[in-house]
Amino acid sequence: MFDWRWDFAWEILPRLIVATGNTLIAAGAGYLIAIVLGLVLALAQRTPLRSLSWIVREFVEFIRSTPLVLQIFFVFYVGPQFGVRLDPWTAGMIAIGLHYSAYLSEVYRGGFEAVPKGQWEACTSLSMSMRQTYVRVIIPQALPPSVAGMGNYLVGIFKDTPMLSVIGVAELMHAANAIGSENYRFLEPFTLVGIIFLAISLPSAGLIKLFESWVRRRIGID
Amino acid sequence: MDTLTAYPLKLDGTDVPMVRFMNVTKKYGALTVLENLNLDIAEGEMVSIIGPSGSGKTTVLRMLMLEQINSGVIYVDGRPLTHMNKNGALVPADRRYLRTAREPIGMCFQHFNLFPHMTALQNCMEGPVQVLGLTKREARERSEELLELVGMSEKRDQHPSRLSGGQQQRVAIARALAMRPKVMLFDEVTSALDPEVIGEVTNVIRKLVSEHSLTMLMVTHQMGFARDISDRICFFFGGRIEEQGTPDELFGNPKRERTQQFLSAVKSAD
Repeated sequence: MFDWRWDFAWEILPRLIVATGNTLIAAGAGYLIAIVLGLVLALAQRTPLRSLSWIVREFVEFIRSTPLVLQIFFVFYVGPQFGVRLDPWTAGMIAIGLHYSAYLSEVYRGGFEAVPKGQWEACTSLSMSMRQTYVRVIIPQALPPSVAGMGNYLVGIFKDTPMLSVIGVAELMHAANAIGSENYRFLEPFTLVGIIFLAISLPSAGLIKLFESWVRRRIGID
Repeated sequence: MDTLTAYPLKLDGTDVPMVRFMNVTKKYGALTVLENLNLDIAEGEMVSIIGPSGSGKTTVLRMLMLEQINSGVIYVDGRPLTHMNKNGALVPADRRYLRTAREPIGMCFQHFNLFPHMTALQNCMEGPVQVLGLTKREARERSEELLELVGMSEKRDQHPSRLSGGQQQRVAIARALAMRPKVMLFDEVTSALDPEVIGEVTNVIRKLVSEHSLTMLMVTHQMGFARDISDRICFFFGGRIEEQGTPDELFGNPKRERTQQFLSAVKSAD
């Protein structure tokens, strides 16, 4: 009943490894978008412009309360109706980056709120502008407490890349599914996918911990 | 009252004070913290503000740097601080105007508020480089000089987390001085310090008083220190100046009952 074929597993491994590369690229590019856009969203929620911060706040809530798959479908299939025609890769990166930017903005928000009020007052007492205050003083202090949360979402975005297979991005899950359909064997490809994900996720969590303490030391807070 | 037309656009004449509070009222919500404050501080004068907690004494300093006021006008160096001249009339200052108007003022805080991700030297250089546009070299020279003045040269490459409270406060004083302020505000700068290091901070302030012509406004609980170095003491009670005078007048011969009560309460606590 348990009929594992090593020769088949070895045969398909190279193809899965190539697809793993695609998964990493998708996760990396999506994460890059999320990190930058998340900061923009977090800052926009802090502007004194009430209407802008309200709109951004609701946007973040909306993104966080709807499924990622829906957002991927929306960007890819509904976009063209508004004249935005994107290939699966681009649509996928945008959707997943947007989705995670909403979560990361919440992480940054926590980081901003952790900066003591006295830091703002010190900046005012030195006549620093709003931009100087954020860039030189507030953001460098808001980042270290955010690193743990940012790391969790890096692993999260990596584990969510299989969702991109629904619009035909040739990532790991997509490749495994294709191999399975071609050979009528699903045990080996899906098992290998699980192992590959595990082999990447587990050490990442440890590396993030190390990175966090490095950042704190680097910035001189510890 | 309070039509702004009653206030001058700027202070002229021979006897312009460095700081002038004119009919200043400050409220937090429904609570009036300071009512109709009138206070002049002359150039080079050292004024200490004492009083029980909740008397509004810290608010006097915060209005010069951090808070908006509800009515009245504050002038610094003859120019309005809380208001700006728009087509020949005073209107409430916007953020940009406030930033430049506050440039002649430096402030030190109870909890130091040094930037934790910068060394002592970087803390001092930050304002001169970013705000005043000095080159790194000029800012470094100026900062090293000031760290020397406060006795913190040897620790200039340490981050604040490696410094004691007294050391941090001395760096904070150097940081404020690096902006070359005309007015320095000291907001309970020794209140968060352990008793054995208070002296190192008060000694720095003494040195400033004797060697520099800065105008200083200090909120403090240290009566002996205030008496020693101040030109004038203001006793605040319930959001107004209850009594003011030279240290000898106020400490030696307080006229108002509340001043007497406060001073004897402070004395018995010592």
